[in-house]
Amino acid sequence: MDLTYTAEEEEFRARLRDWLGTVLPKLPPRPDPLDWPGRRAYDTGWQRLLYDAGYADVHWDASPTQRLIFLEETERAGAPYVGANFVGLLHAGPTIAAEGTEEQRARWLPGVLSGDEVWCQGFSEPDAGSDLASLRTRAVRDGDAYVVTGSKIWTSHAEVADWCELLVRTDPDAPKHRGISWLAMPMTSPGITVRPLRTLAGSTEFAEMFLDEVRVPVGNRVGAENDGWRVTMVTLSFERGTAFVGEVVACRRTLGELARAARENGSWDDPVIRRRLGRLAAEFAALWRLTQWNVSEAQASGGVPGVGGSVFKLQYSHARQELYDMAAEVLGPDALDLGQEWNVDRLSSLSYTIAAGTSQIQRNIVAERILGLPKGR
Amino acid sequence: MDFRLTEDQKALRAGVRELLARRFDRDALRAAVDAGGTLDRALWRELGAAGFFALRLPEEAGGVGLGLPEAVLLFEEAGRALLPGPLIATHLAAGEVPGAAEGEVVVTARDGALVEWLDAADVVLGETGEAVPVRSVDPLTPLHRVPSAAGTAVSVAPRAGAAALLSAAEQLGSASATTDMAVAYAKDRIQFGQAIGGFQAVKHLCAGMLVRTELARAAVYAAAVTADPVEIAGAKLLADEAAVRGARDCLQVHGGMGFTWEADVHLHLKRAWVRAERWMPAAAAEEAVAAAL
Repeated sequence: MDLTYTAEEEEFRARLRDWLGTVLPKLPPRPDPLDWPGRRAYDTGWQRLLYDAGYADVHWDASPTQRLIFLEETERAGAPYVGANFVGLLHAGPTIAAEGTEEQRARWLPGVLSGDEVWCQGFSEPDAGSDLASLRTRAVRDGDAYVVTGSKIWTSHAEVADWCELLVRTDPDAPKHRGISWLAMPMTSPGITVRPLRTLAGSTEFAEMFLDEVRVPVGNRVGAENDGWRVTMVTLSFERGTAFVGEVVACRRTLGELARAARENGSWDDPVIRRRLGRLAAEFAALWRLTQWNVSEAQASGGVPGVGGSVFKLQYSHARQELYDMAAEVLGPDALDLGQEWNVDRLSSLSYTIAAGTSQIQRNIVAERILGLPKGR
Repeated sequence: MDFRLTEDQKALRAGVRELLARRFDRDALRAAVDAGGTLDRALWRELGAAGFFALRLPEEAGGVGLGLPEAVLLFEEAGRALLPGPLIATHLAAGEVPGAAEGEVVVTARDGALVEWLDAADVVLGETGEAVPVRSVDPLTPLHRVPSAAGTAVSVAPRAGAAALLSAAEQLGSASATTDMAVAYAKDRIQFGQAIGGFQAVKHLCAGMLVRTELARAAVYAAAVTADPVEIAGAKLLADEAAVRGARDCLQVHGGMGFTWEADVHLHLKRAWVRAERWMPAAAAEEAVAAAL
């Protein structure tokens, strides 16, 4: 049980902290969440700054501990979040890095790292949300291309993306988990129609996508044909395992701000509110320690996070929603003012128990894959 | 940073688990329940000989010379096995009360209004003059209540943090044990033609137990490393919750069996209730964490 960082790691932290201290004050304010093209420009601009300073590959090429330090420091400094680069940096990128060929890595990873190419996620379908493997978008081989027809929904960042990580059915006769392939689809391909969906927070961070005989080169397939489910599980372990880690630091900062607000408006004197804030602080502190535990495990097993990510994701997503409910209680009537940032964040946090596998699906994963309980209903 | 257990720590944990399996298995547990809360002095001396109480004393003082993380692993195993007796008070008294380190002397301590194992103890820390016996909810923890006006409240105050942490470790062990018990029962028990662990309602209870246990584990182990008072308070809070709610959910998974005296679930729940009330109960822990915000 060792929680101390090496001198080398501390040096990395100090260097990063210095750099953040010089670049952050020069950054313009982030555009309104309703302005996706503006957000894309802003988020990719930030990614370019990281790239030029040599920090861009920290999401998957650095050691898990360095990634932890990176997320901790960027969140602590209030640096921009990955935003429009989320899918590229935290999903498609790590998946290509882990499962792609040398040529595929060379083709796609630089664009992801520099922020020049934005990715979207084409996983969910109208009849296949939590039951992801029952997807029906089909890809039929025609010479050196797949001809793809079907539709996707909740396609994150589709409006502004250059590439899509797309799950398609390449063998309709195989058992449902076995006939799937993972494709990188250019969003400029003829036959793609994107229709933005408005979230309950008012933004359009995801969209419906219709695919009508879209031709995708066979060389854009990552992993073997019909082996896409395994590749997808690698992607999802990144999503559940590490993608939300930095946000725990952000939540702890928010909790500190909330305690200050409570002291100022007098609600701190209510022992019920004070004690609930204390309990939440204990939960977020423990979540951070759980992250360090998971990272230690991942470091020892070669970098891909295990199912322990589901334990983290379950607890984190609920604690985050509880945090914003507490904010509403502390703020009183101000909780209804969307001009205040935490009220917008409160709306956004409602997706956390649904996205990347609902809490119910996560509990099934924990029960079946960690505890070994039988599959069933 | 490598938060995982070292090889030495894993060996220590395995050794303690093996000792307790040999010396305090289920038959011994049920015999202790039937004996109505009398302390097994021979077992106490064996624990002493194995270094249970002298674990953190320096080697030159005849101790084992290990630290809080190792003590936490030890108490986690004690909690898993439902080992009875004033383990924490005796462990904390080692090196100060002669004979405690060796397990020759049984030490108990008053904590707030309660003192456990008063009649069985050789030495009592804190004032307990007017103590009256309580019909304890836990058949393996005899309790006395001290009138609120009487004397010093917390006698081991300088080490109250260590007491809370070791108590949290016991809760962690208990939470882990009830999770294992629930999962084993859910795999075994057939209803409607299938193991009940296949039903999502049961599955989700078990998953919740594991999540609370692992969150508590991260908190307890980290607090053992840092010995930070705020982190210890948070660890106690989460471990209490993992143990109490874990035992309740385990009881629910056991269905009608869970409500019987012969199933062990109630013993875990009752001990978890006792521990949750002692060495920094929820209100104090929440206030301690909040004060640092």
